[in-house]
Amino acid sequence: MLIIIALLISGILLGFLLREKKGIIVLTDKLTNWTVYLLLLLLGISIGSNEKIISNIGSIGINAIILAVGTVIGSVLLSYVVYLLYFKKNEK
Amino acid sequence: MKNSLIIIAFFIAGVLIALFLHLPKSMLNANFTLYSLYLLMFLIGIGIGSDTKVRQIIKNTNIKIVLVPLSIIVGTLLGVILSSFFIKDISLKELTAVGCGFGYYTMSSIFITKISGETLGVLALLSNVFREIITLLFVPLLVKYFGKLAPIASGGATSMDVTLPIITKFVGKEYAIISVFSGAVLTILVPFLIAFILK
Repeated sequence: MLIIIALLISGILLGFLLREKKGIIVLTDKLTNWTVYLLLLLLGISIGSNEKIISNIGSIGINAIILAVGTVIGSVLLSYVVYLLYFKKNEK
Repeated sequence: MKNSLIIIAFFIAGVLIALFLHLPKSMLNANFTLYSLYLLMFLIGIGIGSDTKVRQIIKNTNIKIVLVPLSIIVGTLLGVILSSFFIKDISLKELTAVGCGFGYYTMSSIFITKISGETLGVLALLSNVFREIITLLFVPLLVKYFGKLAPIASGGATSMDVTLPIITKFVGKEYAIISVFSGAVLTILVPFLIAFILK
């Protein structure tokens, strides 16, 4: 876990130092996309070969929808309070 | 949106490969995934560090902008607690970790899979994909009934990239800046919060 956090932070520092080098940044962007594709493909493979998940995909899906709706409702309502208290009055 | 579809396509392709081709066991538990994850975290870091847009926003806006990601975090946690009444077989701690993906499903699913295993990883993937889809579909309604911060809150970490175009269209340029800021803060926090919650 520490390795992952350390890599993220060193990436941020390196990114800051390289911020003017547009070529490297564009390349990083492309590489990021392909790494994500690769990881999701691998995740798909490991999930597809996990019988416990495949046989429970219905209930996992329902739980996922409940959680998604719940978190959206919670954050939207609280942001509405912040909006009414601090942001709305500054609008024209 | 196009990028999300490609990502989902790769995931589904992986599932199909596993279901219909019989892969050797040795291929499945390789460390390959772990090293790819290391690479990804490093690359994401470079992306964040080199983003001049984010730094400019931080320089030019006042302190109350911080309230936006803060309210999204607290609101999400309240939403997790609410959801937990309807979800029986998963602990509140695990649900909280999934919720702290804030729609950033690539990072959260891969990360949670590594820490807690594939079952929770799939929940993280689906639930955070759904959060993104809900946002993409409901931005106009959210703005109409819950103000201009609502789609930014719903989008969570995605409000800096995937959902930014549609959010900008309905809340205007001024709030687009808040959207990028809030999404960036949440994006950076995702791995820290998940690691902290599940450790």
